[in-house]
Amino acid sequence: MMRGCSSRSKLSQNQDRAVCMTNCPTLIVTVGLPARGKTYISKKLTRYLNWIGVPTREFNVGQYRREFVKIYKSFEFFRPDNEEGLKIRRQCASAALNDVREYLTEDGGQVAVFDATNTTRERRETILEFAEQNGFKVFFVESVCEDPDVIQENIVQVKLGSPDYTNCNTEEAVEDFMKRIKCYENSYETLDEVLDRDLSYIKIMDVGQRYLVNRVLDHIQSRIVYYLMNIHITPRSIYLCRHGESELNVKGRIGGDSGLTIRGKEFAKKLSHFIQEQNISDLKVWTSQMKRTIQTAEALNVPYEQWKVLNEIDAGVCEELMYEEIQKNYPLEFALRDQDKYRYRYPKGESYEDLVQRLEPVIMELERQENVLVICHQAVMRCLLAYFLDKTAEELPYLKCPLHTVLKLTPVAYGCKVESIGLNVDAVNTHRERPANVNVHRTAEDALQTVPPHL
Amino acid sequence: MELPQLEHARLRRHDSAASVPQFCNSPTMIVMVGLPARGKTYISKKLTRYLNWIGVPTKMFNVGQYRREAVKIYKNFEFFKPDNEEAMKIRKACAAAALKDVALYFTKEQGQVAVFDATNTTRERRAIILSFAMEMGYKVFFVESICDDPEIIAENIKQVKFGSPDYADRDIDEAMEDFIQRIDCYRASYMPIDDEKDRKLSYIKIFDVGSRYLVNRVQDHIQSRIVYYLMNIHVTPRSIYLSRHGESELNLLGRIGGDTGLSPRGQKYASALATFIKGQKISDLKVWTSHMKRTVQTAEALGVQYEQWKALNEIDAGVCEELTYEEIQENFPEEFALRDQDKYRYRYPKGESYEDLVHRLEPVIMELERQENVLVICHQAVMRCLLAYFLDKPADELPYLRCPLHTVLKLTPIAYGCKVEPFFLNIEAVNTHRERPMNVNVSRKPEEALQTVPDHI
Repeated sequence: MMRGCSSRSKLSQNQDRAVCMTNCPTLIVTVGLPARGKTYISKKLTRYLNWIGVPTREFNVGQYRREFVKIYKSFEFFRPDNEEGLKIRRQCASAALNDVREYLTEDGGQVAVFDATNTTRERRETILEFAEQNGFKVFFVESVCEDPDVIQENIVQVKLGSPDYTNCNTEEAVEDFMKRIKCYENSYETLDEVLDRDLSYIKIMDVGQRYLVNRVLDHIQSRIVYYLMNIHITPRSIYLCRHGESELNVKGRIGGDSGLTIRGKEFAKKLSHFIQEQNISDLKVWTSQMKRTIQTAEALNVPYEQWKVLNEIDAGVCEELMYEEIQKNYPLEFALRDQDKYRYRYPKGESYEDLVQRLEPVIMELERQENVLVICHQAVMRCLLAYFLDKTAEELPYLKCPLHTVLKLTPVAYGCKVESIGLNVDAVNTHRERPANVNVHRTAEDALQTVPPHL
Repeated sequence: MELPQLEHARLRRHDSAASVPQFCNSPTMIVMVGLPARGKTYISKKLTRYLNWIGVPTKMFNVGQYRREAVKIYKNFEFFKPDNEEAMKIRKACAAAALKDVALYFTKEQGQVAVFDATNTTRERRAIILSFAMEMGYKVFFVESICDDPEIIAENIKQVKFGSPDYADRDIDEAMEDFIQRIDCYRASYMPIDDEKDRKLSYIKIFDVGSRYLVNRVQDHIQSRIVYYLMNIHVTPRSIYLSRHGESELNLLGRIGGDTGLSPRGQKYASALATFIKGQKISDLKVWTSHMKRTVQTAEALGVQYEQWKALNEIDAGVCEELTYEEIQENFPEEFALRDQDKYRYRYPKGESYEDLVHRLEPVIMELERQENVLVICHQAVMRCLLAYFLDKPADELPYLRCPLHTVLKLTPIAYGCKVEPFFLNIEAVNTHRERPMNVNVSRKPEEALQTVPDHI
């Protein structure tokens, strides 16, 4: 849900549905020679848009080709004079566009990312006609790069592991791929400032050193441009952890603003050692504005930045209650929350959906930064983790983020490597699984079945 | 439990309630580039206003101002002729003086961004600025505006040049002719930022009032935010209507916050608003409300589509929600006094501050910039924040801006600012505006604290 807009008449607080700020669906079309980061950008953009609540799907024409032509022999398939190859490739592009149409018109999709080289004006014309026929807006994302080191690194990171090259050794694969790129080079028509001045596009040059942006039409395109201009591929790691165990944690109470227990302080000390051992260059440390994250950061003895938006989810009337008390005083609310934990909003509080929205600037800044340690809270960490690991709204509120555990996220290929590091300090478990019975008429025992033990 | 003042002070130490994380250690100079009448001053003023509103101390330095102070009377375009040695000397001295003031702003006034507004059309001039910045440890970000559309340029000249002190004694035709010749003086020596030679510089080039942009080497967060902002503003004429919800049940009782419905008078206002809006005959009007009953009920009376934004919800008064001021004084006298001492930064316990509000309203402002005609139906504190953005009001004035019930403010951008027309729709309502009392000391008496509370049931 973008920017907290909800449907016109809010029947009950849990029936919010997204109202798109764009009236027509958008087709994002990548453009560029092979190994220019098109798929990387497509996947990342898709992940980001879904996370902020815009239903998005990517359509990789190469995938269609692999399903059609079961076995990839060599670069010769891509030769511009290979008539049969061209026929198959055109069919694959059509099949993909067909699926795009279905996704955007029947499946509730709002954005489709059409990931292919699309290097000729002719191919792009075809797509533009298709979009016009169907009432889709088109936004091109072109990646232009001539740096041989970057291209080589791309090939090593993502091409060698491709299904196309499972049976080749590294040298063979690289050689074949280079020849594949050559097949496209002669017919490559880059987006032209004059000829294409009426199109909407962003041209990304040299992995983000420079951008040319033309005719941004609406809000979603503006957000996409902002996002694309903030991401980078410099290797780095993001460390996510919760504050040390807090006084309210041990009592089984949610929310509040209490300080650390003795074990929590122990964790803070161990965190400090861990960080030093990791030997991270230029580490930024972020906390929320709540005591427990600040106290944890203080033990690190380094400068840290407090963000109010990293504060834990506001449980409204349920702040500082135990689950048993919530069941006693608000049994209906408790059941509704279990029915739709992502969208449910505590009375006078927030929902996970609200949390995602207020965390968006954090994600944007995390993209801009390099090495960062974020000391936050359970619900907040779940939201951030869901962004990096591409988890759905259904999974997000149940991601496991135990106390006293650091998650080290390192971008690799198209995704993110996760290392979970427990710092060996005991803590209560604060993870409550979805119970079997979420019906509003359930018994108290059914409701409290999955509550973790506490004092 | 910490004393409220200490908590307040602890949070102030790490100044991150502002909308921009305080990463930028070095100050930033934004340097405008472009021929006259390309919108440089318009962009400079708008950017300065936006950065200050989101909490980044920013100041604009217009070299033309310095020139007007040095050369009391402007005769004609001959002053700008490239072979006018004496004038060149003066102009160089003015630029140097402005740079000196930039340095003072950064070192003595804790400024963070300085917008250096001048033509800066030669590589030579830009080189001087770059070496100055390097010497002082400032980051530099260029904003070049390129436009060759004669209609846009003529419109610029009409909107802002005719009113300039330079042309106070001329008639329109004379002024236009002189200004065109002034532009020609710069044209011959104009060297736009070069994509090859200047590839190490950080800059944005804006073509044809925003139809195209070239962005090179964005260095940090603040430059990224500036680029995003510049890419979202436009100059298409339009109006923004700001209004509060109709009078609510809690308003009548003198209670703050909460989520009640409209009073009968509030309902009347909603109908009057519908009539007013129809009368304005606005093309393509977007209507936005918050998620709270009172704004939604107000919008419902309009009979048009509207969008609800959670970000437009009223300031969260935390433990003081739904209390009267008298009850706040009785139960939280110290908090009440602290709030009067610094209403902008004060955060209700378990609630928000105006500063927090500005932060959560930033996406609303960004989208307002993108849009054209919009009616925003919101709340007192929220409306104060939005108004402060459009009218460039500083943080200490913002919480005391007057936003009475049942009054629509129509804002129309003109020249470098914003025209405001208030429309009171003739439906009586309670006054909810509490002025800052004389005595803000924590040891004050209840009468002194409650001195400025408006009447209620």
